[in-house]
Parts: sequence; C-alpha cells; structure tokens
Amino acid sequence: MLTYMLKRIALSVVVVVIVIAALFVMIHAVPGDPVRIALGPRASEALIAAYRERMGLDQSLLVQMLKFYVAILHGDLGQDVISSNPVLTVILAQLPDTLRLIGGAMIVAVVPGILLGVFSAIHRGSVMDRLTSILSVSVMAVPSFVIAIYLLLFFSIQLGWFPAIGAGRTAPEIVWRLILPSLALGLAWIGYTARILRASMLEVMEENHVSTARAFGLPERRIMFNYVLRIAILPTITVLGLGIGQMLSGAVFAEIVFGRPGIGKLVFDAIIARNYPVVTGTVLVTTVFFVFVNLVADLLIAWLDPRVRNDLAK
Amino acid sequence: MTLQNNTAQTTDPTEAPSAKRRPKGALLRLISDPLGALGLGLILLTVLVAIAAPLSPYAPSALDPIHRFAGPSDLHLLGTDNLGRDLFTRVLYGARIALSISILSTALALILGLFLGVLAGFAPRWLDNMLLLLLDAAKSVPTVMLALVLVTFTGPSLWAVVIVVILVNSPAYARIARTQTMTLRHADFVDAERALGANAMRIVFVHVLPNIVGPILILAAMDIPIVVGIEAGMSFLGLGVRPPTPSWGSILYDGFSYIRDSAWMVIAGGLPIVITALGFTFLGEALRDTFDPKMAKK
Repeated sequence: MLTYMLKRIALSVVVVVIVIAALFVMIHAVPGDPVRIALGPRASEALIAAYRERMGLDQSLLVQMLKFYVAILHGDLGQDVISSNPVLTVILAQLPDTLRLIGGAMIVAVVPGILLGVFSAIHRGSVMDRLTSILSVSVMAVPSFVIAIYLLLFFSIQLGWFPAIGAGRTAPEIVWRLILPSLALGLAWIGYTARILRASMLEVMEENHVSTARAFGLPERRIMFNYVLRIAILPTITVLGLGIGQMLSGAVFAEIVFGRPGIGKLVFDAIIARNYPVVTGTVLVTTVFFVFVNLVADLLIAWLDPRVRNDLAK
Repeated sequence: MTLQNNTAQTTDPTEAPSAKRRPKGALLRLISDPLGALGLGLILLTVLVAIAAPLSPYAPSALDPIHRFAGPSDLHLLGTDNLGRDLFTRVLYGARIALSISILSTALALILGLFLGVLAGFAPRWLDNMLLLLLDAAKSVPTVMLALVLVTFTGPSLWAVVIVVILVNSPAYARIARTQTMTLRHADFVDAERALGANAMRIVFVHVLPNIVGPILILAAMDIPIVVGIEAGMSFLGLGVRPPTPSWGSILYDGFSYIRDSAWMVIAGGLPIVITALGFTFLGEALRDTFDPKMAKK
C-alpha cells in the first residue's frame, strides 16, 4: 500500500517535471525572438536589451532551464508583463472564481448523476434506464461551449431570467450567477456519472457479499444503499477526478461566454495581450492542479475500495 | 446498445436464438441498431452537405450589409449574419472545414499513436517506461490550456488545431496499441512466424497491425465529435480557422458577439456541431456494440 502510494506520488512529480520541461522547450523552440514579439516592432534596442536581461534570456539554455525549475520551486512563475505583479499572485487572485464554478458544475454533475445511476441500476432495462442512457450519450457528445451559448441565449437573452455578465458580489448574487455556467459545464457529466455508477453497481450486485446479504433476508433498499452503493460509488471518484480536468478546459469557455472573471478569462486575455509569463504560469498551475486532483482521486480509491486495497496488499 | 438491453442477457454468441435474430453483415447489423442507423444518417447528411456546399447560390464570404441580421426566409434559409453573409451557405462550407480537419487530424493522431504504441510494445523496458511517462505527461495538460499555449507561440492556424488534436488523442491510441502489441508479441502464431525466420517488420505489418487497428478505429470514430469540438472551440476562441473562412466555431463566435441583435447566428453555428457530434457518437456506440461485444455494457 505504502509503496503504491509513494510510486503514484513519484509518478505525478515526474509528470509535472516533464510538463515543465516541455513548456520550457516550447517557449524557446519558437522561431522569432520572444522579446521582439512581446515588445512589438517599435521597441528601441536599449529597451529590448533591458527586457532580455530582466527575463534572463541572455544566458545559456541549460542555465535558463535550471533557473526555470528553481524559480518554480520557489513559487516564482515570473512577472506579469503588463501589471508587473508576480504571476502567481495574479493567478491566485482569479482561482477562487474558477474553483467556485467547477464546484458548482460538480454539484450539477454528481447529485442528479448519482440519483439517475442508482435508479437505472435498480430498474435495469426500464424505459427510464434506456432514456438515461441515450440522453447521457447525447449530452456527453456536445461541447460545453455550445451548451453554454444556448443557455445564455435562452435563459439570459430571450427569457431574461439570469444576468448575462459577471460573477456577482453578494452571496445570493454569486449563487444565482453560478447557475447557468455550472449547468453548462456539469450537464455533460450527469449522464457520464450515471453510466459509470450504473455499470459499477451492476458489477457489485453480482458479488458474494451481496448474495449473502440477500440470503440473510435484508431488505432490498438496505442492500442497495449499505452494501452495493457504498462500494459501487468509488469508480465515480476517478471519473470525477478526470472530469475536473475537462471542466478546467470548459471553464475557459464558460467564463468567456458568461463574462465571468477566472483563470480561463485570465489566460485568454493574456494571450491576446501576448503576456507570455501569465500564459505559461496558468498552464503550469492548472496542470499541477489537474495532476494533483487525479493523484488524490487514485489515492482515495486505493484507501477506500477494499477490492483495490486487497489487490495492493497481495 | 441500450435498445438491445433485453437481448443483452443472451449475448453469448454460441446461443442460437440471439445469433439467429442478428442479421449477418456487419453493416446490416450496424443499421439494425436504431442508434447506429440514426448516427450513420446524421454523418451522411454532414458529408453530403459538405460536398454540396458549392451548389449554394451564395458565396460563403459574399457581403450584403443591407440585409444583415435577417431572420430565416426563402432567400436565406438560416438568415444572415452581422455582415449580411448567408448563414446557411457558411454552415455548408463550415462542414468542409470541420470534416476535413477532424479526419486529417484523427488520422495523424492514429498513425502517431499506433507507431508509439507498437514501439513501446516491442521496446526494452526502459524505453517503454519512458514512452509511457511521456504519454502520461501529454495527457495531464488540460486540452484548452494546451491549445492556448501552443497557439500563443505558433499563431492561430488550421495546423495548430491539428497539432492539438494529435497531442490530445494519440496517447489513448498508443496505450491500446501498446497493450495489444504486448499480448500479440508472445502469441503462438507470432512465435511460429519468428521461428520461420520472419523479421520484425513483417511481424509488425502483417501480424500485429491488422490485429490492433480494429479496436483503435472504433475509438477514433468515437473521438471524432471531440475533435469537431476542439476545432470549433479553437475557432471560437480565435485560435483556429482565420476569418473569413467559415468555421462553425467562428460563426458561433460572431453570433455570440451579436447575440442581442440576432439569435440566428448562434443557432446556425451551434446546430451543426450538435448534429455531427451526435452522429459520430451514436455511430461509435453502435460500432462498439457490433464489433466488440466484450466492451459493450451489461
């Protein structure tokens, strides 16, 4: 168990190290001088030299790469070219809004997803089960930004139920304005969660301990919730871990469509302004976040699921 | 798949009743599944529309500022956009972009994935582990972030979309190809072939590849809606197709910018994305059930 955990953690660290290296190579492999691109064609030579020195671009690549790693370990992701604030501070300021959005999307995905999944597993083959299955495949296929724009069009523009722009200041405002973007991000995952849970429940229902519980004459409801669901729900944790990564991608669109502040909006604006440090910093932070979430999901499973736990103990 | 749930309990292929009920040809079996038939229909529609695009009386970029933001009419089936361009025509031409990019980039991702997977499957342990690590790393960057950072450095273009798709999708193909290669590598018939003096090339191209292409092709078909989504999404963010080339994503973005002036631009841009996504997903589900009953859900 401990070896598995250590291995899994080491793997995550190595992955992050590789991503950082790739990021570094990308920054430097690009044809054209990043300094000239950043400063524009009308920058004076003195300005270019100063900027080059400030960014450490006059040193050898290997030194630059080492410095890159060291700086990142110190939490230094560089400076926002426009505001001159540390990139990490800029990103952390935007993070809560994005996390709130992802949290909202998770609630949208998980609550109906679990209810539908349990229902479909118990009433396997019913009309509702088939409907859930077809609907979940359908919704899963549609990109979240299309859903976001249609929600905006219908509920904000046509019906006027929701404001179209902003994240709100007071608590009720914040919750109210989270509804549409959370729906846009989470909708696809309702069906996905339901499908995974259904398959997993059907699998667990055939295990010995369930038959034993049935043989002892326990009420069906109790068997389902205490013996089946408790184990069957675990694979959804892995799926939702992956889901958070996709939701991070979707959040970029949701934030742009609904005019919300957040990481996505930040990186999009940074690209238009050619604010490289903010772009690479955001990619790094989101990647670390994604790797971390998946690590936690895997470790949680190893810890919670007696089947995985026993496999690892062997 | 779902609609076969009742027969699913008797999917044992040796059992006569269910075997009898199923039509013999793969294509027939595919379209006897209502979802598969619907999926195939939607895809054919998209393909036809892409081919027929030049039949439209309008050019995709022809401006008509007097009739901008028009609603649907006999003259403009889906109305006109902010520059008075015929939206229906732009959607038709958009199908060409969406389909050609999805197919091209999926094919390239498939080739790279197969190559890396077979390589990892045959490679010594250290190279295998290294390749696996690289695949894991490529998978760990959220798609949009990958697209954003790539385009920041290369500038927006169709090729940026293709590269993003390759980076996002090939790891999954590589993983499957690797697992299958490892199994096949020690299969008896491969050992026999090797004993007969076949070289590695022959084993890979004659024995390994034909056996692993099937499952990966199915996976690729199911990935096409994701690829259409990536193309549209990147064009929506201004990272993919450049104006005035009509892409569903850029139609959607123009529509989003003028959403208070006309709802039709948004509807025109989003609908084809939904239709192709559904088509390929339904077909992919049906394909999986038809060719790989093991993978089909209970």
